[in-house]
Amino acid sequence: MSQAQNLTEELGEEIITQTGNNKSLKIVQLYPRDMNIYGDWGNTLSLSRRAQAHGFTTEIVDYNPGEEFPLDGDIFIGGGGQDSGQSVVQDDLLANAETLRMLAQDGTPMLVICGLYQLFGKEFKTVGGETLNGVRIFDAKTVGGEERLIGNIVEESEEFGTLVGFENHSGLTYLSGDTKPLARVTKGEGNNTEDDGEGAHVHHVIGTYLHGSLLPKNPAVSDYLIKHAAIKKYGEFTPVVIDDSLVEKARASAAARPR
Amino acid sequence: MGCMSRPITRLVGQGIRYATKLRGGGSAFPGLVMEKLHPQFVAEELAKLPQGVVVVSGTNGKTTTTKMVVQLLESQGLRVFTNRTGSNFVRGVAAALLGEMSLTGKLEADIAVLELDEAHAVHFVKMVKPRYSLLLNVLRDQLDRFGEIDTTRRMLSSVAGATSGTIVLNREDPRIRSLASNAQPGTKVSYFGLSDKLRSLFPSDDEMRGSTDVDEAVTAPALPAASVVLSDFAGTQATFGLECREVTGTVNLYGIYNIFNAAAAIALTQEVLGEKLNETALLAELEKIAPAFGRGETLTVNGQTLQLLLVKNPSGFRLSLASADAKDYATMIAINDQYADGRDVSWLWDVDFHSLIQGGVTMVSGVRAYDMALRLAHDDVYVETVNEDLEEALAEFIRKSHGKPMRIFCTYTAMLAIRKELSKITDVEDVS
Repeated sequence: MSQAQNLTEELGEEIITQTGNNKSLKIVQLYPRDMNIYGDWGNTLSLSRRAQAHGFTTEIVDYNPGEEFPLDGDIFIGGGGQDSGQSVVQDDLLANAETLRMLAQDGTPMLVICGLYQLFGKEFKTVGGETLNGVRIFDAKTVGGEERLIGNIVEESEEFGTLVGFENHSGLTYLSGDTKPLARVTKGEGNNTEDDGEGAHVHHVIGTYLHGSLLPKNPAVSDYLIKHAAIKKYGEFTPVVIDDSLVEKARASAAARPR
Repeated sequence: MGCMSRPITRLVGQGIRYATKLRGGGSAFPGLVMEKLHPQFVAEELAKLPQGVVVVSGTNGKTTTTKMVVQLLESQGLRVFTNRTGSNFVRGVAAALLGEMSLTGKLEADIAVLELDEAHAVHFVKMVKPRYSLLLNVLRDQLDRFGEIDTTRRMLSSVAGATSGTIVLNREDPRIRSLASNAQPGTKVSYFGLSDKLRSLFPSDDEMRGSTDVDEAVTAPALPAASVVLSDFAGTQATFGLECREVTGTVNLYGIYNIFNAAAAIALTQEVLGEKLNETALLAELEKIAPAFGRGETLTVNGQTLQLLLVKNPSGFRLSLASADAKDYATMIAINDQYADGRDVSWLWDVDFHSLIQGGVTMVSGVRAYDMALRLAHDDVYVETVNEDLEEALAEFIRKSHGKPMRIFCTYTAMLAIRKELSKITDVEDVS
């Protein structure tokens, strides 16, 4: 475990392997100003580098409240916020709800984490009893809880295998209808304290409570988002084999940490 | 439990303190015993102090700032009681009190300066109303402990609301600045701040991501006038703007954030002393301040300097990185994820590591070494070696530093482990 290792080869692979297919992907960060609390930049950075490793040029575009909505985004990604950040984006999100639903139904890949995951459901009932309307992409309701669910989390997904991360939320999310959980929790809490589901997955939209950040240590999720963006835009996706040996080590050490 | 008389409770506490000192025990334990036997002890003792109590709180820089405030007040001839050991809980205060009291039970002090963790400060101010409070910042730190930044701000608002004399606030931090509205009628509010020139060096967590137009984000709100402004600094020379003039002094602290804390300490000292302030003595003392444990401490190893830099949140790490030219140093980073480090390592993704591209990183270690290595890979920083075992990693790092000055960025428990290792080969100040 503790032998010296030269990492250049491991790292270099990912940086250099660009097939230069002249294809590009536009990644839209939703509300980075107000919803960026748990290393959400790590997700955007990791997704962009992964797409580059698969041969795409990438463009990262920020979308903040009141700006013109970038309808031509290929992948949408958004994170968690303070409660105060959540209320700032709330109105703007509802104004764009129709657009976001249309994009989702059209197969546009999206990844929403923590706060935005909650707001992509039908409603969010705060501890104070106030009900916030959501975007209604997920058939999900979230209820504010008194206690925060905090700690390392490990879960198993049919599509993505083992996912590792860290959760920190007080809202409890309950899914219904066609919305399926992203994964089954093997260590940690997940959506709520009653069932073992974590996150949600409909169309190509993934919602989850995992940060840490999620994508650097779970490249299978990045590959999924890139694949569906590429297929939608160019009709096909040819993955490049990427050396994930460093990622594997980070995954193993994270998964071995106590709750 | 029956009621013991006061001198007996105190002697019980002091006896325990003596006993635990002999076996090198934890510093808060005698305070715990005291608290159980006589819960009002702390409040009653502190209420007797002629100049009252100062509470220092905020998420970052409490220890260094408290140390500075104590020294600056002492330079003005005041006898100061403080919880020096860094045991910053109510219990730690009780323990420190016992240590300072003579056997006749008299606390020989004019004023108390207490460093309190924001969560514990809430409980403390219910028992003891501070005359002064110095509130430093609410940085995104220990979120897994307190949940959210806004929760932390609410905790500090109860400290502001309990303060009877003067609240000294960091005007650059919007969450701290807004605490002015929590002041009781009759309580004075005073600020310390940065010059326009230096402000861009201190991005807040809110500004770190998302706003491309930093200038607009920083200058947007109209800032209140500050009684002390850090106007400029170069090396160890810092210039402070006081009411209507500027003074330049030497500050032997590493990193701009520590120098900014000096502005905070000066602002508080001004409030306590008022017109009696001896500026010459204050500047002379400022020069003598050495970094508190782990906050830019410099040791000597094999004839070369080794700096230990505590990192625990994005802005702190970023400022530490900006404080020196990476290519002049051999660099090691050690990340643990115990409770005291912050169990969630996602904050590492909010630190920009591009400044390390030139020079690279010699060693990455700690329980979450591979998370850190993965983070560095994302910023194209060359990592020579990863070794989760801190003991081995430290030895190898020193061997590989090739006569360059060394610096180690480390989280709290990693720092404790590294100091322990270093104490075997060099002089490391004992912290109890």
